[in-house]
Amino acid sequence: MEYILQPWPWYVSGPCIAIVMFLLLYFGRTFGMSSNLRTLCAIGGAGKRVAFFKFDWKSQRWNLVVVLGAIFGGFIAHYFLSNPIHMDLSEATVKDLTALGFNDIGQSLLPPELFSWNSVFSLKGILILIVGGFLVGFGTRYAGGCTSGHAITGLSSLQLPSLIAVIGFFIGGLIMIHLIYPILF
Amino acid sequence: MGKYIKFFIVGIFFGIVLVKSEAVSWYRIFEMFKFQSFHMYGIIGTAVGTGILLLLLSKKNNVKTIKGTTLNVPLKERGFTRYIIGGTIFGLGWALCGACPGPMYILLGTGAFSIIIVIIAALLGTYTYGLLKNKLPH
Repeated sequence: MEYILQPWPWYVSGPCIAIVMFLLLYFGRTFGMSSNLRTLCAIGGAGKRVAFFKFDWKSQRWNLVVVLGAIFGGFIAHYFLSNPIHMDLSEATVKDLTALGFNDIGQSLLPPELFSWNSVFSLKGILILIVGGFLVGFGTRYAGGCTSGHAITGLSSLQLPSLIAVIGFFIGGLIMIHLIYPILF
Repeated sequence: MGKYIKFFIVGIFFGIVLVKSEAVSWYRIFEMFKFQSFHMYGIIGTAVGTGILLLLLSKKNNVKTIKGTTLNVPLKERGFTRYIIGGTIFGLGWALCGACPGPMYILLGTGAFSIIIVIIAALLGTYTYGLLKNKLPH
């Protein structure tokens, strides 16, 4: 039980994610989390105005069920299968974040500097979450997939478009962390 | 209802793995883009490695899906522009709020309710892409 309560090493977690992908393919579907954003837009009635959302969203219900399961899985893992969080981040990361003004680094999954209600209700805090979320939603549909669809499924099936997309993920991520973060914090 | 249970169970497993691996953590994403830890590269690397192996084995053994069809991965359209530009935009957002579309939902389950703002913004981003799709280079 102690092994389960501790954070899982990468060599256990990675293969587990591949199993998730494989099971969904075995069920005759595919592993793609961002498609659910399009489905939710369609359910909300976006298809009446924009052709891109005019599709048979009911055929995508299975994927929404995966999402429901994932939420429940997050709940179980966090409340029943975890010791109090103390992440084993690299010293260099802790040092860099301290320099940016972060406190209690790695004591929770998300930094209070960005996700506590205090930060959320500051102008900078809410803008970071809104702009970040918007770019993820826009970019993932533009690129036709996210980490699950491109980085895991696409690379596992050796598809060139997915490799290009993953290179894009890193170009964007590196620009944000190395060039934009020092301005933001 | 019955046919959905297996998807629910796979989802639960996915959620547990992503929390236990800390891949849902903003800190791990920051650390990854700083190249300061092998952790995230190890997760993605072994996921892809295992994935390649599973797909090769299933092809070799002619594994069928539960529907009886050949097990295969949907092919992405050929192209360059949409993948590199869309990917870069995605990466900017991923690094900014530390959550990609899977972890967004999973974090909700861990009680991090402010992530709802990110989810709503992501829906808005997806909607905006739908609006502009025909005007964007692909």
